[in-house]
Amino acid sequence: MPEQKASFGDWLDYRIPWRKAVRKHLSEYYAPKNFNFWYIFGALSILMFVIQIVSGIFLTMSYNPSAEGAFASVEYIMRDVHYGWLIRYVHSTGASFFFIVVYMHMFRALLYGSYRAPRELIWILGMLIFVCMMAEAFFGYLLPWGQTSYWGAQVIVNLFSAVPVVGEWLSETIRGDYAISGATLNRFFALHVAAIPLILVILVFLHIVALHEVGSNNPDGIDIKKNKDSNGNPLDGIPFHPYYSVKDLFYATGFLILFCLVVFFAPEMGGYFLEYPNYEPANALKTPDHIAPVWYFTPFYAILRAVPPWFGIKLWGVIAMGLSIVLLFAMPWLDRGLVRSIRYRGWWYKSALIFFVISFFGLGVLGVLPPTTGRTIFAQLFTVIYFLFLLGMPFYTRWDKTTTPPERVH
Amino acid sequence: MTEKNATPFAADNIVTEDEKIKRRRLLLGVTGVVGGVSVAVAATPFMSSLRPSKKARAAGAPIKINIAGLKPGELRRDVWRLKPVWVFGRDQEMLQHAKSQEEQLTDPASTASVQPAYCQNENRSIKENIFVAIGLCTHLGCSPGQATNKKEGFLCACHGSRFDVAGRVFGGSPAPDNLIIPPHRYSNDDEIVIGEDDSA
Repeated sequence: MPEQKASFGDWLDYRIPWRKAVRKHLSEYYAPKNFNFWYIFGALSILMFVIQIVSGIFLTMSYNPSAEGAFASVEYIMRDVHYGWLIRYVHSTGASFFFIVVYMHMFRALLYGSYRAPRELIWILGMLIFVCMMAEAFFGYLLPWGQTSYWGAQVIVNLFSAVPVVGEWLSETIRGDYAISGATLNRFFALHVAAIPLILVILVFLHIVALHEVGSNNPDGIDIKKNKDSNGNPLDGIPFHPYYSVKDLFYATGFLILFCLVVFFAPEMGGYFLEYPNYEPANALKTPDHIAPVWYFTPFYAILRAVPPWFGIKLWGVIAMGLSIVLLFAMPWLDRGLVRSIRYRGWWYKSALIFFVISFFGLGVLGVLPPTTGRTIFAQLFTVIYFLFLLGMPFYTRWDKTTTPPERVH
Repeated sequence: MTEKNATPFAADNIVTEDEKIKRRRLLLGVTGVVGGVSVAVAATPFMSSLRPSKKARAAGAPIKINIAGLKPGELRRDVWRLKPVWVFGRDQEMLQHAKSQEEQLTDPASTASVQPAYCQNENRSIKENIFVAIGLCTHLGCSPGQATNKKEGFLCACHGSRFDVAGRVFGGSPAPDNLIIPPHRYSNDDEIVIGEDDSA
């Protein structure tokens, strides 16, 4: 044996191949060199996830998960725990910012066709993360035990009672009581702080492993693995670290400044991040005059409300809302276009995407507002556009006059 | 036009490879320091949230204990900051007995023990007939009980530490120090305030 002292890193590497992992996922993970602004939101999503976990752990230390103590313990956090107000505002603002960055991240996939082969599994894992995030946000919103918490949970859990025959049994099983009660609060707490975060960690891990296996897409939608140098590295790729780690760090700093501005100066965001009726303790006898979900749910909520109860069955709305999410899973197979990136697609896809974005925002706005006849008609129109975008995709992506993407990134 | 474009490249060529490495190291160092400071600042609110809350501190406010008619050998207990507080009546016989055993004590003059300055005396008290202490053993925090013979002081059931009527620990006990005495004062002849004294 040559006379050389093994470092701790060597000792560790012999037992767990951390150097290999660092190379595979950071210093020798070759990402396309033409990433643009839209490619920061994956890293920002991870940042938000970490912020939510850390602030959530500290909130759990002072929160009391019981119908009797929950509301008072939130007030206790806001007033008596040192910096409790800050930790809670970080967590509540964090929920909204998490959804902002994840929506941007998903929109990036629509722009550049990142969900298409061979990245179908990445998209499906991402959609599962999105669904878990919605569950996580929904369960978390009950915990302050205010009026919006209570009645929001009441409305959403009652969706399940729309299921024929077993509906009532199902919603009772979810609540653990005849109405939302302390039993519901305790199980939602368990799901919010333990079950769903665990699932999310696993899904995020798989999402990244799957991505690093097939490699990242890029704004040109080109397969950079087709052109490799003599070492087998893509000619149009650059190592994630230091190139993109530095870029992500730069944008994360700017993003955190924005985040802090909201946390410190507008944590309620005019009632959109924290709704005003939630400053009143839950009251099972009185529903607030206006009850709407938090903004990140409203597009789907608007679809739910827009569908009329044909034949006296209220299930249609629930089915439409469910489908509006389930169909997104199928996008890798719905899209039959010849190119990935919007840069080389024709006017069919470009206009379809514009209409989809308009209808998604429209539904989001309508979902916040109380329904009127006029608004319902608009919501129905947007719902139809939303579904046309997805269900029409196999057709209009084929009709599209695409141009040929370049062979190389330039 | 060519001149304008050429300038940055010309500057680039002047910089040697060593200089580039030095600049990179500087940038890395600055980023590391700023990042480290940011993490420390961000961690501050989280760490302070672990300290007793304002509510807990308010609950830790001074308490009043009624001492009217406190008889020798009688032990009155109350709670201050979630800890048992003792007020113990003593007579001259007990104090003499304690004095006779002084050579068996670990710290008879209370030099290594915790008490307000006004209680660092022979009887560890303001008034010699009344002894005030935190009723927690200085070993591992059990609350001792009274010895069968009350002039023998106190005995901790957990690990057998023995204390005299002035809360001074006997040698050979696992407890290293005498019982802790909280800040206190007499608001009148019949009442003690625990948690504040005349110095505040």
